[in-house]
Amino acid sequence: MQRVATAATGESAAVRWILIGVAVFFLGLFIFLPLAIVFSEAFAKGLGVYWASLRTPDALSAIGLTLLAAGIAVPLNLVFGVAAAWAIGKFEFAGKSLLITLIDLPFSVSPVVSGLIYVLLFGLQGLLGPWLARHDLQVIFAVPGIVLATIFVTFPFVARELIPLLQAQGQEEEEAAIALGASGWQTFFRVSLPNIKWGLLYGVILCNARAMGEFGAVSVVSGHIRGRTNTMPLHVEILYNEYQFAAAFAVASLLALLALATLVAKTVVEWRARRQLAESALWNGEAV
Amino acid sequence: MAFTFKKRSNLPGFGLALGYTVLYLSLIVLIPLAATFLKASSLSWQQFWHIAASPRAVASYRLTFGASLIGALINLVFGVLVAWVLVRYSFPGKRLFDSLVDLPFALPTAVAGIALTQIYAPNGWLGRPLASIGIKSAYSPLGVAIALTFIGLPFVVRSVQPVLEDMDKELEEAAASLGASRWQTFSRVVLPTILPAALAGFAMAFARAVGEYGSVVFISGNMPMRTEITPLLIITKLDQYDYAGATAIAVVMLVFSLVLLLPINLLQKWSSSREEKAAELVPEKIGTLGAGA
Repeated sequence: MQRVATAATGESAAVRWILIGVAVFFLGLFIFLPLAIVFSEAFAKGLGVYWASLRTPDALSAIGLTLLAAGIAVPLNLVFGVAAAWAIGKFEFAGKSLLITLIDLPFSVSPVVSGLIYVLLFGLQGLLGPWLARHDLQVIFAVPGIVLATIFVTFPFVARELIPLLQAQGQEEEEAAIALGASGWQTFFRVSLPNIKWGLLYGVILCNARAMGEFGAVSVVSGHIRGRTNTMPLHVEILYNEYQFAAAFAVASLLALLALATLVAKTVVEWRARRQLAESALWNGEAV
Repeated sequence: MAFTFKKRSNLPGFGLALGYTVLYLSLIVLIPLAATFLKASSLSWQQFWHIAASPRAVASYRLTFGASLIGALINLVFGVLVAWVLVRYSFPGKRLFDSLVDLPFALPTAVAGIALTQIYAPNGWLGRPLASIGIKSAYSPLGVAIALTFIGLPFVVRSVQPVLEDMDKELEEAAASLGASRWQTFSRVVLPTILPAALAGFAMAFARAVGEYGSVVFISGNMPMRTEITPLLIITKLDQYDYAGATAIAVVMLVFSLVLLLPINLLQKWSSSREEKAAELVPEKIGTLGAGA
């Protein structure tokens, strides 16, 4: 019986392997080949050139600036994400779905436009430009602009992971904690946070990957001043346009490693989150 | 509060959380976006139209939207196929392939850009064989479409995959037991179920491709009127200190992406309601198939 059902709802071995073959070919062409060429070009001139390209002052300062921008953008968007998810996930209020749409907005704006909006606000020709110039403050073509653009493009990541999680959990556990005399912060840190920790980590991982890899938005506000306003992706661009391919791909390989680490972390977190969900379902079942 | 802005709740922190959310959202997103529209409004309608509909801008729209559409269509077909293979079959390396589908989300676009350019350049791994049969891949509109296919790859797969996973196999068994061929079962039972999710993925891939910059600028060649995408045109105008020009084109792109949000939301709603209905559909489906077969 089982075999009949499988035969009726499955494909013949030939069709199956053709479909698998096409899928593997497609993924090989668009996923594996680009990854392979990054590492093959990075080491094309040997390990010595590879290390040397990563240790030039410009490369080191680009790495530093990338870490700095992500180090500011990720925590800020994390705090925002938690606040937004608490308000949206635990309370009913007017205009909630509009708020969710607005939070997602940065995802639908082109990276180039994301950078441009800050140039139009803070640049010399911008609305606040003259005021900033009078006070000797520089945002555009300087580090603050890079940080702002990074915050904008990674804005929704943590919030959009946490909102559905907090919504799905309801309020009973928190209400019980409050009724038992816990303060608001205690309730949050001891009850809500442990329930959403994997979702939170997931959001942070994605947010960080995008923060470190952002190119278009940062390119518009950076001004490409070597050693001062170049992030790693911008440094890759400069090296590539100067035909220093080995060096460009060496720095690119660090970013590719970051991407691979992100995918591994993402897979692990997804697996842990699923297990936590299964365990809590089991626990609830037993409790009933 | 006079009107019931918020329902009663026993949990604390609403004012602080919502206040901070709205403040941060306004400072980072809403005020800068509003400033862009304010800046654009300093142009007269004629000036705006003169820039937004100039031949160079129109050529860039044609390339950007055309190549994005091709990329999204390729991803629609192959995304459904990849999702199907990953959900239904087992083969060596399947879990690796599954995790790597998200690579275009995780890989910085500049890295993708130089990698694809190196592959498809006239002396590249694939560029050379393609050139020998007379196909120019990098530095041509084809190169733009290749980059935009890469960037949109995960959307359809990740949108269709959960629907296929949740799909009840009984539907297909019922169709088969009533004499439907495997292809009939696929096209009349499986395809209608995954269609909304596939279209939602298609629309998201398209929207993402239209705004894409980093993975395209290296491979496109950036020839005005021929291989210049719209985001690059904005950057070119900025580099020439033509702020009005950059703003006008940016407003066109902003309006387009805001307009595209609506069908994407509708498709996602349709997809999730279709998923919920899947169970209820069983008797109905058997009926239509029985009549058809």
